[in-house]
Amino acid sequence: MERGIQPEISAAAFGVALLLLTVIVVYLHAAIQSRNKFKRWPAYRSVFWISGVFFIAVSLIGPLANQAHHNFIAHMSTHLLIGMLSPLLLVLASPMTLLFRSLSVASARKVTRFLKSRPVYLLSHPFTAATLNIGGLFLLYRTDLFFLMHEHILLYGLVHFHLLAAGYLFTASIIYIDPVAHKASFQLRAIVLVAALAAHGILSKLIYASPPQTVPKSEAETGGMLMYYGGDAIDAVLITIFCYQWFVFARPRLTVQKNG
Amino acid sequence: MFTNTENARAYANGKNRRVLSGRNLWSGVLFGVGTAAFVDEAVFHQLLHWHHFYDLSTSDVGLVSDGLFHAFSWFATIASLFLFADLRRRNAFWPQRWIGGMLIGAGAFQLYDGTIQHKLLKLHQIRYNVDILPYDLAWNAIAVLLLLVGAVLLWKTRQPAEKKGS
Repeated sequence: MERGIQPEISAAAFGVALLLLTVIVVYLHAAIQSRNKFKRWPAYRSVFWISGVFFIAVSLIGPLANQAHHNFIAHMSTHLLIGMLSPLLLVLASPMTLLFRSLSVASARKVTRFLKSRPVYLLSHPFTAATLNIGGLFLLYRTDLFFLMHEHILLYGLVHFHLLAAGYLFTASIIYIDPVAHKASFQLRAIVLVAALAAHGILSKLIYASPPQTVPKSEAETGGMLMYYGGDAIDAVLITIFCYQWFVFARPRLTVQKNG
Repeated sequence: MFTNTENARAYANGKNRRVLSGRNLWSGVLFGVGTAAFVDEAVFHQLLHWHHFYDLSTSDVGLVSDGLFHAFSWFATIASLFLFADLRRRNAFWPQRWIGGMLIGAGAFQLYDGTIQHKLLKLHQIRYNVDILPYDLAWNAIAVLLLLVGAVLLWKTRQPAEKKGS
């Protein structure tokens, strides 16, 4: 299956590579700078950031990304990377904390005010974030969007940006690594997380059973199972961090021994 | 011979576990559901190939319920172990109650799977091309047995029980 966007790839690939490299350089620069004002920025966060950006690169440019245009299994691998693994790694790199450290007090206040605003509250609510994340996937695989995306490079870019952004928003709304302006309760986040995980599993089975347009049955079956079990694996990490945060939050404060 | 610290610990455990009796139960239940779902998937789907996660469902409801249940059990397995760790650090772990909860969780999952998923929604069967009746009977009988033993353990650890301290 040949698709129309092959010739434009190289120019776009160059732009993407340059952009991603810039993102790494800016982060590392801020990390080194913040050492002057605060204590040392932990190296593991930089490692998370670099690997997160690396997996974005893998899913947008290079051999796997090229394969993804005509092989659904490769396509699904890149989607797990850009929609789930990269967002998790980027969230774990605490970019907002680093941003606050790098800004002047005045601009940091402006950013805080923005983060506390009503639209941001609505957008970053776990329910909205999960809907954007999972709803986007249903649109992609249950409508003609999957077919159209491979015809128009702009749409292709837009869909992949949405995958990454919605994945980040969702991950950040479930586990709190950076400071959060509006905190949702553990119960609410647990329910949203389970529902999102369920929807992800249901969609992967739908892909297995009735593939998107132009995808051969055998590839859809492998791809669907990859989405199902790959999603489980990354979700297990997400759930573990979430539960660990509860474990720290619910530490005993000498209340149990007093009564009873 | 017990030292004072050991006595104090045993005494504290007796009190703490009554306060956190519910958390002992829920940690066990969640672990039971997670384990039963995991065993079902690993042994019957993947090792024996008796049935798979998608056996030509005739019902959309089946698909959705299966998805929700899988997600819940996946979450439950991990969450239950953190609850377990919390009980240990509070010196409030109550093995009998926890195991009772676990058996209830596993039995309830298996009974739900054996009646609703297999029979009502016909999502998949335990096995194909054989006489299914002995399998169904064994499957659901084991489920009921698990529920019964679990219920006995919970009854023995019911609240407020004036039992000996440790």
